[in-house]
Amino acid sequence: MLLIPCPWCGRRDESEFACGGEAHIARPADPDAVSDAEWADYLFMRTNPKGAHRERWVHVHGCGRWFNVARHTVTHDISAAYKVGEKPPGDAS
Amino acid sequence: MREQSHRLAEGGRIDRATPLRFTFNGRRYGGFAGDTLASALLANGVSVVGRGVKYHRPRGIFSAGSEEPNAVVQLETGAHTLANARATRVELYDGLVATSVNCWPSAEYDFAAALGLLSPLLPAGFYYKTFKWPASLWMTYEAVIRRAAGLGRAPDGPDPDRYDKINVHCDVLVVGGGPAGLAAALAAGRTGARVILADEQNEMGGALLDGHDEIDGAPAQDWTAEAAARLDAMDEVRCLPRTTVFGYYHHNFLAALERVTDHLGPQDAGVLPRQRLWRIRARKVILATGAIERPPVFAGNDRPGIMLAHAARTYVNRYAARPGRRAVLFTNNDGAYRAALDLRAADVEVAAIVDTRPEPTGDLPAEAESADIELIAGHAVVATHGRKRLSAIEVMALGDGGGQVSGEARRIPCDLLAVSGGWNPTAHLFSQSGGRLRFDATGACLVPAVAAQATRPAGAGNGTFALDGCLAEGWAAGAAAAAEVGSRARGRAAKAPGATVTPEEPPGDYGVVPAPGHPEGGPKHFVDLQNDVTAADIALAAREGYGSVEHLKRYTTLGMGTDQGKTANVAGLAILARLGGTDVAGTGHTTFRPPYTPVTFGALAGRDVGALSDAARRTPMHHWHERAGARFEDVGQWKRPWYYRHPGEDMAGAVERECLAARNTLGIMDATTLGKIDIQGPDAAELLDRVYTNAWSKLEVGRCRYSLMLGEDGMVMDDGVTARLGRHHYLMTTTTGNAARVLAWLEEWLQTEWPELRVYVASVTEQWATITLCGPNARRLLAEFTGDVDLGTQAFPFMAWRAATVGGIAARLFRVSFTGELSFEINVPARYGLGLWTAFMNAGEKYGITPLGTEAMHVLRAEKGYIIVGQETDGTVTPADLGMDWIVSSKKDFIGRRSLGRTDTARPGRKQLVGLETEDAALVLPEGAHLVENPGQEPPVPTIGHVTSSYHSANLGRSIALALVKGGRGRMGEAVHVALEGGAARAVIRDPVFFDVQGSRLHG
Repeated sequence: MLLIPCPWCGRRDESEFACGGEAHIARPADPDAVSDAEWADYLFMRTNPKGAHRERWVHVHGCGRWFNVARHTVTHDISAAYKVGEKPPGDAS
Repeated sequence: MREQSHRLAEGGRIDRATPLRFTFNGRRYGGFAGDTLASALLANGVSVVGRGVKYHRPRGIFSAGSEEPNAVVQLETGAHTLANARATRVELYDGLVATSVNCWPSAEYDFAAALGLLSPLLPAGFYYKTFKWPASLWMTYEAVIRRAAGLGRAPDGPDPDRYDKINVHCDVLVVGGGPAGLAAALAAGRTGARVILADEQNEMGGALLDGHDEIDGAPAQDWTAEAAARLDAMDEVRCLPRTTVFGYYHHNFLAALERVTDHLGPQDAGVLPRQRLWRIRARKVILATGAIERPPVFAGNDRPGIMLAHAARTYVNRYAARPGRRAVLFTNNDGAYRAALDLRAADVEVAAIVDTRPEPTGDLPAEAESADIELIAGHAVVATHGRKRLSAIEVMALGDGGGQVSGEARRIPCDLLAVSGGWNPTAHLFSQSGGRLRFDATGACLVPAVAAQATRPAGAGNGTFALDGCLAEGWAAGAAAAAEVGSRARGRAAKAPGATVTPEEPPGDYGVVPAPGHPEGGPKHFVDLQNDVTAADIALAAREGYGSVEHLKRYTTLGMGTDQGKTANVAGLAILARLGGTDVAGTGHTTFRPPYTPVTFGALAGRDVGALSDAARRTPMHHWHERAGARFEDVGQWKRPWYYRHPGEDMAGAVERECLAARNTLGIMDATTLGKIDIQGPDAAELLDRVYTNAWSKLEVGRCRYSLMLGEDGMVMDDGVTARLGRHHYLMTTTTGNAARVLAWLEEWLQTEWPELRVYVASVTEQWATITLCGPNARRLLAEFTGDVDLGTQAFPFMAWRAATVGGIAARLFRVSFTGELSFEINVPARYGLGLWTAFMNAGEKYGITPLGTEAMHVLRAEKGYIIVGQETDGTVTPADLGMDWIVSSKKDFIGRRSLGRTDTARPGRKQLVGLETEDAALVLPEGAHLVENPGQEPPVPTIGHVTSSYHSANLGRSIALALVKGGRGRMGEAVHVALEGGAARAVIRDPVFFDVQGSRLHG
């Protein structure tokens, strides 16, 4: 069971959280401007990396806040947890 | 009760002053406090404790620990019974009752073994091969195999025992209380670090309890007692005996099972639970898990009387029980010589030591020779004799580098063969933690190599087998772990405990011990005693292409079962490696998975059973419903009245009565459970616009609107009515089961996608009690309770809401309807719910007011063709599929809108909601039944849809049904067939609205 550092509450057991899948998937600003394929990509397609992964979690049995976590999918090492709207650590863009 | 024929007169860690009685396979025996069930059985000379799972050959006690493959018993009877208890780990208590598993009718006389029934049926891959045959044949076999290959029986009633869970954090968790673990705990504990020391045995000491070692110049068992006492005296150290750490999960989370009162037997333990599940988050972990002796694989190696050498030593030393009277040792290493010396000291005649090494030169072999024990070096055991107990063995000289045997076989009578093929570090937890193992060619074993978490293996569990090394490594690990968490010892320096040990030569070759005729035929070389997997099975699997370790395991069942191959896996890997011309480093090993030893379901469930398994939510009117004869149904966590049964009524009668009352006079329903979400803020309307299919900005204060909520995939997710309470204030209602999900959904979008919206959402479901009055007399009754609001349809039309005083209580009245009748939903603060309900019931008597359950409500709404999300929808249904395009705005964006134009959602031929009228008006179709065009055609018959809702309608005097049918709206009036058990029924497709199509009652 992971120990997840909630940016508001500190480190808590995974059982207090729910995972919301891959993070930083932007909803197309104008859905009508994208093709069916692009929409399907937004809707269904997720990366499934072996390694570094940024994902959304919600502290559902805690503060109720959504936030992002950078987790290694093999070692489960959590290198960062950051709030919605914040840039992922190491992201220069 | 007979004499304990194999009990030593003195010695051991048993208490002869506390005799205990127990029953095994119906016979009564005696033992002593301090015994395990296994040691007590041995002390009584019991040789057969079970039967092999496939061949049903008799089996005896093989080990003295958790690795036991054979002595697996059914402990106790009835509801308390525990299947698959390892007799070697069951502490004896007075009155214990145990029976063998895997045998019928008894372990002594086994039917299948007597007839040789199963052996030809069960080659490697038997189950796979069987599944390829017609399924019917498997059914035939299954009944036979289940009885023959039984692995224990389930309890026959609910578990009467209590179980607890406890969550803890610690600086250092030390797993294993042997020399390395004790040293580690002492080193960490003296710094003041918070330490937990867990060991599966009843007392700390590990293997030190089995021998005569010395530590710091004193008997090791004295040192152990002193160490345990010192640890107990440390404030931040917690010692947990009888506690097996069985799982090592992510981020140093470990689970342990403490057997709190198991050793007392089934009894009222007072405040104590039977077992306790420890959920431990440790900053550092030290794995001092010891090692498990591995057996050599030789011909006929499964007879009762053959056991691991260290186990034999343990039984005489620790339990004062002689596992035999005349012993032979069979070994490839020095360590087993200790067993020979100890057996001899316990008056067991040691006939010989058979060593596969050509010239054992170590100190221990020398000691054995000087004690006049015959050493037969360069030889191997090639055959064993005896049916229910070993009577003799045969040995032959090894040649060809150990690959062949030659010369005359020499027969040696004996009733105990103590065997050792070396030791395997207990690396289970290390491997579970993600750590990598490496194959150590010298010890022929897998040892921890690279840790993946904050964990340190130490001692025998790390491949450091000698006592001095265990102590030093454990001490160093404990000190280092404490230092890493910032805990440092004060006061004078302390020294690691030390020991002087007899050096041991490296073990000899480990693999299949040759025998005449093998491998082509001849006697069986068992690798996995619990699963009856032989060396020949492994060879067969390899020949048939199952040469990878994970395939081999599943094909042969090697390493499965309750012992998970603790004595078998490395042997199996070694054999497979040799077949492939490699070694275990080349084959790799199968994944070690939790649990290390079996865990009871009771412990995993803890107190979360029965009424506590899930929260039950009850409305303020719940007890009234109970008294009124309500039968309840679970909707999410809510208990909702399903129907109210009057005396002499069945469910159908009750539902019919309720439905008629709602249409003809007055129904009353508890709608408190509907989800209510309070939405406030300047952007509230904008939020609604984005999450609902229709437009909200023009909705006036005082009005309500029904809408659909879609997933981003365009599929219907929820529906409900939302009212505008004020300029920036709305009240959203959701379906009962979806309330939490919808709230979470709104939160997710607000937090992650639209943080700029100035709006707050909060659940107010439990703050309000909701009473629905419906039927032609609803307005009349409500008028008696209100004076400050005009209930007339002009002033208070359908889909409006009004603040009003109802029976003196400030309330919100919503003119909405799910039944198609004139209907008011009255929301009052929850604490007034029961009072108002009772008042309505009293005043409504003159109208024949009738409480409605959910079933009546479902019938009434189906008469109107109203959907229920989750019944008419299943996550693949769009608004258009339901014929509800009218509610979908084309002028704005909302969640899911873009998906409605995707190729698949827009294609013709999708399933659409229709009504169904059966030809036989009395026939109520089963929900879920499939519709077909031509039931007469050859199967498979393509389905064109399915029934989603189906009821008898008392108001219409016939059955009604809703269905999703491919292209359904284009099939109005068409006949279809409903596939039913025993034939098909005809039905006609029609509009889904069966009753009051104009909606005049609704608006009246």
